[in-house]
Amino acid sequence: MMANKITDNKKLQHEILDAVVIRFVGDSGDGMQLTGSQFSDTSAMFGNDVATFPNYPSEIRAPQGSLYGVSGFQVHIGSIEISTPGDDVDLLVAMNPAGLKTNIYSVKPGHTIIVDIDSFTKKNLEKAKYETNPLKDGSLENYRVIEVSMSSLTKAALKDIENLDNKSIIRSKNMFALGIVYWMYDRSPEHTIDFFKKKFASKPHLIESNTKVLNAGYYYAETLELIPNAYSISPAKMKSGTYRIISGNTATAWGFLAAAEKSGLELFLGSYPITPATDILHELVKHKHFGVKAFQAEDEIAGVTSAIGASFAGDLAITTTSGPGLALKGEALGLAMMVELPLVVVNVQRGGPSTGLPTKTEQSDLMQAMYGRNGESPVIVLAASTPSNCFNYAYQAAKLALEHMTPVILLTDGYIANGSEPWKIKRVAEMPEIKNNKVTKVTENWHPYDRNEETLARNWAVPGTFGLEHRIGGLEKDRITGDVSHVPENHEFMTNIRAEKIERVQNYIPGLTTEFADSGDLLVVGWGGTYGSLHSAVKQLNSEGYNKIGYAHFNYINPLPKNTEDVLSKFKKIVVCELNNGQFVNILRMHFNINGLLQYNKVQGLPFGNNELITEFKKLVE
Amino acid sequence: METTVVKKYTFKDFASNQEVRWCPGCDDYVILRSMQKALPEMGVKKEDVVFISGIGCSSRFPYYMDTYGMHSIHGRAPAIASGVKLANPDLSVWVITGDGDSMAIGGNHFIHVLRRNINLNIILFNNEIYGLTKGQFSPTSLVGQKTKSSPYGNTQPPFQPGELAIGARARFFARIGGNTPKEMTQMFIDAETFNGTSLIEVLQNCVIFNDGCFSQYTDKNIREDKQLFVEHGKPMIFGKNRDKGLVLNGLKIEVVTIGENGIMEADILLHNAKEEDPTLHQMLVRLEYPLVTGIIRRFDDVTLEEREDALTKEVKSNSKFTKTDDLFFSGEIYEVK
Ligand SMILES: Cc1ncc(C[n+]2csc(CCOP(=O)(O)OP(=O)(O)O)c2C)c(N)n1
Ligand code: SF4
Ligand SMILES: [Mg+2]
Repeated sequence: MMANKITDNKKLQHEILDAVVIRFVGDSGDGMQLTGSQFSDTSAMFGNDVATFPNYPSEIRAPQGSLYGVSGFQVHIGSIEISTPGDDVDLLVAMNPAGLKTNIYSVKPGHTIIVDIDSFTKKNLEKAKYETNPLKDGSLENYRVIEVSMSSLTKAALKDIENLDNKSIIRSKNMFALGIVYWMYDRSPEHTIDFFKKKFASKPHLIESNTKVLNAGYYYAETLELIPNAYSISPAKMKSGTYRIISGNTATAWGFLAAAEKSGLELFLGSYPITPATDILHELVKHKHFGVKAFQAEDEIAGVTSAIGASFAGDLAITTTSGPGLALKGEALGLAMMVELPLVVVNVQRGGPSTGLPTKTEQSDLMQAMYGRNGESPVIVLAASTPSNCFNYAYQAAKLALEHMTPVILLTDGYIANGSEPWKIKRVAEMPEIKNNKVTKVTENWHPYDRNEETLARNWAVPGTFGLEHRIGGLEKDRITGDVSHVPENHEFMTNIRAEKIERVQNYIPGLTTEFADSGDLLVVGWGGTYGSLHSAVKQLNSEGYNKIGYAHFNYINPLPKNTEDVLSKFKKIVVCELNNGQFVNILRMHFNINGLLQYNKVQGLPFGNNELITEFKKLVE
Repeated sequence: METTVVKKYTFKDFASNQEVRWCPGCDDYVILRSMQKALPEMGVKKEDVVFISGIGCSSRFPYYMDTYGMHSIHGRAPAIASGVKLANPDLSVWVITGDGDSMAIGGNHFIHVLRRNINLNIILFNNEIYGLTKGQFSPTSLVGQKTKSSPYGNTQPPFQPGELAIGARARFFARIGGNTPKEMTQMFIDAETFNGTSLIEVLQNCVIFNDGCFSQYTDKNIREDKQLFVEHGKPMIFGKNRDKGLVLNGLKIEVVTIGENGIMEADILLHNAKEEDPTLHQMLVRLEYPLVTGIIRRFDDVTLEEREDALTKEVKSNSKFTKTDDLFFSGEIYEVK
């Protein structure tokens, strides 16, 4: 057995960097997700701020070496605030030609590419549709290419270990790559070695082999003259506390767990699998120990309607989906708003319309969330803006649904749902109180449509409660008794009171705030998952001296924060930036008569890039 | 303190204050009255009873019951009811649905609720027509049937509800004529007693759009000759003179006359509703002469709630998590000073 300790006898002078973007790419079977997440976890524990984004092929088992079988994982780490997984990369680690071919566009000129040259065989080059070998034809002249025989070095490192099949040997070459990157960025492999110990507790030979390969990569980099310098990224200034790395979908699921515990209700999820929302279902099915009832239904309609049933029966009921699924849920959502039961619908937006771009991100379901139902049927619409704050907004969605007796649609998107970042862990005790409108005893003159005078929420009398038997339904109801009513004035009254109930939510949500400037030449406006990109672009402009550009981000879409018009009116120009063709800007136009409401839109299934935003905003103030 | 003794109710306790609005003469009245009479016999507390319906004439039913209820949207009642039952397994949950509601727009939920075997009861009001929308053909309308949407005769072959249901693995299937309230009342009680999804198809006459659709089987003066009302463990004998019966001839069911060709009562098939193999039940469901009514299939099986409950208990006992904090602070966490 070799000792696992790394000795830093040959410490180089490290070049200090603020932030770096690294992308690991390879075949689906190359273990790039694990490699990337190990690197980001290690960096986070070291104290860096981090943001990550995975990129899986949409085919389940794409042919080895093919262009569409490339799997990637991007990590952005910094000693400064990191708010996106980054655009262009400083280091690309390509395990095969296909990975290089599909990702070379993202590497900043002059920056580094590490390749496993053992995989640059004639066959693999053909599969990647390379006519000539890019490592030899001069096409990579603008980059610093480091060629490493990773496959053979991995094999050599493992030659003494018995019982190791060839497949396991080849599979561990990602750890060789990780070892190199650890050395380059002055990171200790210790965390990953601990990880092996836990993961392979029952397979000690795999602990040994993976550790060996990881160390071999590390030492190789240390002694290799091809790597001219190493970098170091100091810890970021982050609020003290206990952290973990969390993805948006996990944070969403956990927000509901917390809300259920806080409210003392049982959590019911009715859901049908759909990318990119399925991981919320995957997460919640694990938590039977908290009494979570996760029901995989026969379709999205049964997903939402089973949740409506559970809500009627007194559970905290939610349903999770993506755009096409929200379309199917429309009629049932109308029922939920009509019967005024608490319900949360999570829509993890993806590229639309129709099947669209299932694995890509977009913000084009906003109008569907706002209006995708028959009749006058307003509901609360919220949008989370970062992977970790999905926790807060899931919690808040549950709280508002329960306190105001209404469906709430929570919008997230593929970008923040799959992306991850540090989350300062919240204890349930720190979370705000959640009340509900349950009635448990029969009282004189009780009616199912008696309302709370302040919120206008109706009361929640659940089956099993003695003396409160009553009927609800999709037909219009008398304002007090809840009996079916076709009286014209009553219908108008009920329509208005349902709308006002939602409007009054304004009294219970925070006002809109601005960052960087609260008046001036340009207000950049965003909503939902674009926070990271927009915030960092405006921040950069500010540091360049553009101090009359402010930034306002909306998490509350319906109703809008009370002070919205005040905030907007303090700027000469407003540009509303969205990953759609202008849905939120039109909601603002509908509400406010503000001159100079401009829009900046992108519908490519991709997040905003930093450069495009900087260029656009500069243009608007010059 | 809560009382566990169930109050003695009468049918009036289950009638709501709403005026019943079905057409005079509609069989829906019979079903309503039978239900109101059956509930006091079931030993359930009124506050534990929930009726969930879809949309249709039949689906107005919950408004007339003084229990908890939801008149929901077209076809979705089985899914809503599943949510109610999974949220609170102590409730007595009833689905009220029509032939269009359950087998056209709601076909998907209908087959899946049966497959899962959640302990709830479904009353299918089969009038072989869309009543509420004023007379279009439904998935149970016959080929050739003239309706508002098939003026020259329906060209779409129908479902046989029992066949579809048993194909979808229904554990309990019963059929009853809409004009036999006594038997219907008992059948509702039996459905409630059954642990699993029970489906009762009521042959419901719609006096307005499909009058007489079942009269060849249900008319008082002929029904004993045309209907075989099966009972578990009893020979399948029918007829005014109790002289007709069913035997198996190869893979077919045959009607024979007792006393003819040497056939004796002992030769007649005994009805075994509790048989797991649904082959014979399917044959009974498909039979046109006699039309088989009664509880055709009643096979005891584990319910979804029981499976879920057992699994939850097991997971809970093996889990190190009791509070969400335990989960949030587990695994890969780190401190920032
Ligand atoms: C989404 C939707 N589509 C169509 C309708 C119109 N609709 C209401 S009831 C009904 C058919 C009902 O037939 P059935 O289920 O047989 O019930 P019956 O009225 O015969 O009792 C239709 C088509 C509706 N209410 N909702
Ligand atoms: S239309 Fe037919 S089913 Fe509907 S209430 Fe009238 S008789 Fe009954
Ligand atoms: Mg009908």
